[in-house]
Formats: sequence, structure tokens, C-alpha cells
Amino acid sequence: MRRNSRRKFKALVIGVSTGGVSALKFLLGELPADFPIPVLIVTHITPDSDDGMAVLLNELCSIRVKEADEQECITSGTVYLAPANYHLLVERGGTLALSIDPLVNYARPSVDVLFESAAEVYGPGLIGVILTGAGSDGSKGLLKIKKCDGVTIVQDPADAEMDSMPQSALQLMKADYVIRLKELPEILLRLVPKRP
Amino acid sequence: MTADELIDLEIKLLMEGIFQVYGYDFREYSEASLRRRLTQWLSGSGYATLSLAQSDLLRDRTLLDSLLRGITVNVSEMFRDPSFFKAIREQVVPFLKTYPFIRIWHAGCATGEEAYSMAILLQEEGLKGRFRIYATDINVEVINKAQQGIYPLQEMQHFTRNYQQSGGTGSFSDYYTARYNHAILSPSLRENIVFAAHNLAVDTDFGEMNLILCRNVMIYFKQPLKERVLGLFDTSLMPGGFLCLGTKESLNHRTISDRYEAIAPRMQIYRKRYAKK
Repeated sequence: MRRNSRRKFKALVIGVSTGGVSALKFLLGELPADFPIPVLIVTHITPDSDDGMAVLLNELCSIRVKEADEQECITSGTVYLAPANYHLLVERGGTLALSIDPLVNYARPSVDVLFESAAEVYGPGLIGVILTGAGSDGSKGLLKIKKCDGVTIVQDPADAEMDSMPQSALQLMKADYVIRLKELPEILLRLVPKRP
Repeated sequence: MTADELIDLEIKLLMEGIFQVYGYDFREYSEASLRRRLTQWLSGSGYATLSLAQSDLLRDRTLLDSLLRGITVNVSEMFRDPSFFKAIREQVVPFLKTYPFIRIWHAGCATGEEAYSMAILLQEEGLKGRFRIYATDINVEVINKAQQGIYPLQEMQHFTRNYQQSGGTGSFSDYYTARYNHAILSPSLRENIVFAAHNLAVDTDFGEMNLILCRNVMIYFKQPLKERVLGLFDTSLMPGGFLCLGTKESLNHRTISDRYEAIAPRMQIYRKRYAKK
């Protein structure tokens, strides 16, 4: 893992489902407002949800949290949540894209869609995290991140509120880190140190 | 060059070739979604790379059609985003009722679900016989499907729920007949809809519309193409007419923005201003 310490990361992607709200409240609450890279998140929410979760997390956390808009420029120090009923993707030019393509793993937004498109754009500069959740969405995407030489982190299934999403990812691949949720902020801050 | 960058190059070359040979212009489509769709098509095509497929794609129209199916088909549902249709019913229909005849352009209608939804809504609002919906899509195959108005029966439960949430005043089951595993929409709904092929990237405008719907179509377009299409809509729309976009699309910071007023901002419904005297 030492080789990671001098690597320059460009983005962090997180996939989470059941149990996601409390996990995100904790994790994002621990990130500083000037966290040096952008954070892109897919959580499985019902198709008719509004931007309530982004508004809530933005109030609770010091880092800025918002719902992703189409063709929005991706900036550091900002957390983008995929909107309900849209897939979230990353364009090479550093902007966000939305799509209403068919469900993937019964989900829209789907973690795999975000992870695969982010891996293609950021390559080794990407950190991918799978947290608590039911189902298997995100496993293929995390494998793609690994194949593109990004860093992969999975929540220890024993620590997760729902273990199947982390379990499924670990069945498909060996992750760089398998950790408890409360250890995650420290690892992220170590991988992505504050810029001088 | 990484493997993914090489794929991007292959996509660029193929899109240029398809434009030159067939006139379909995907060069201004947003890359992330296009890449995903092409990768999916490729995995079922039997070709190892897009470069290998390209030679045949440029010569074989049937193969091209299968590719077009893969990259242009949008999914839809009846009364998608019920609160949008509710806003149309409550905030737009009262204006439409003041016209003797209403012309609607539904751009990017896919398999027609939303066009039929609009026809149902307008009928229920007492506008039967007073409107025509021009429903267009780039993809001829989906237009044929839309024309049939036949959908899988298992979708009806979901569509019914959407219909009810959108403020539907009747019983949704009155609008279709169930046969085997399919629901056939009532032919009377089709009487006021004209389905036609139209390519937003290269074709011209439709005149004198009172309402234009183009929801979740332009999210796949890059800025210049988006501007072109909004220009088409602006030319086609009467003053006082309405423009409806998808819930995550907005008219902010566009060339035509100044000429429009958001009347239901969260629903992305805009009204074209009357020219100042």
C-alpha cells in the first residue's frame, strides 16, 4: 500500500444502498470542507425522491453536498449525489453526465455505471469504495477500477448494516482495503492528504 | 495510450464514418453514455473491437440498424414523473384551453408512452378533437412500435399508479384492452397523434407549436447540439407557448433563456414570452 502514499488522486467514488444514510452521515461528517478531490456517490433511492438527502447531508456536514446536475463541472471539495431515477456518469472533460438508460442491477442510479465510467476517465487516480447495501450492484464497477489501477476499498461485511453488497464485491476480487466504517475517514485522509 | 483512450478514438472514427456514409450525426453526443451503449452493443455483436466492426458497419445497412437500435433507444413509461403531468394538467392546460386548436410536438417520443399519456390527459380535460400531437423520434423502429400502442401487460400496474398520482380523473383500465400478455391502448387515443421520424441533429423545425416536450433527450447531447435543438424549439414555438424539459434539465445559461419564463421551475416547464411592443 506504500506506493499509494505519493500517488495523486483525482476523485473518490462511493456506492452504498441499504443503511446508506447513516453511513454517509458519519463518513461525510468526517471529511473537511476543503477535501482536495471531488466525491461522487450513488445511493439507491426510490425513483420519486427529491434532493432531500443532499440537502440534509449538506446541512449536517462541513463539506459541500449537492445533487448532481447534468453537464456540471466537477470540482474538489464537493460531494455529488446521483439524482433519483438517473444514472450518473463522468465525462473525460471533467463534467458530470446523467442518463435514463435502462436499470442496471435493478437500479437507476446504478453504482456499476458510475464506477465504470469514472474508472475509464480517472484510471489510477480513482479511489472506489463499496459500503453497506443489499444486492450486488457495484461489484463489477469496483473490479473495473481495480483493472484500471485505482484503489479499491470495501467495508468489512461483518461491520456493514447489510452485508451483501460488500460481500459480493469481495467474492469478485481482492480489495486493497477491507475496513470498518469508522476507520474509513482516516484512510481517505491519508490517501488524499491536504494540499499545502 | 490506455485501452480506454483507444476505445474513445475508435468511437470518434466510427461516428465520423457513420456520419459521412449515412448522415446520422452522433459526433455531438455526450461521450460517457455513448461509450457505454457502444460497449454494450459490441459485446453482443461478435466483433472484438469497434475498429473491426467498422468495416462492416460502413457497408452493411442491416448491421448499422442494429447499432442504431443500441445507441438511440430511450426507455420511457406512461406518465413518467407523475408530478410533471400533474403540473401540466393544473398549470398549462388552463392556458391551452383558450386556443381553438392545440398543436404539440413531442420530440424524442421513443416508444410513445408519454405521447399517449398526453393524449389521455387532454381528453380528460375536455379537449378531445381540439389537439394534435406530433410525436417524433430519430429511430424508425421505435416509431413503428409507438404507432402500435402495445405494451407489456406487466407494466400496467406501474403505469396505473403513475396515472393516479398524476391527477388522472378516470379509470386507467378504460384506456386499454388486455390480450394475452399485452395491453393494447385504445385506438381512439391514436387518432390525434401523428408519429414521424425526425432527427434533431440534422432536420429542420416544425411550425407553430403551442407546446413542445423534449424530456431527457438532450441530456445525451453536447453543448453545441443542445443549443441547436433549443434553437429549433424556439423557432417552432408560438409566443406564449410552453417548453417542457426533463426534471434534471434546465434552461439556465442558454442562448434562448431570456425569452422564457419558468412557470413550474421544479418541473422544468417554461413559457415563451410575448415579444415586447
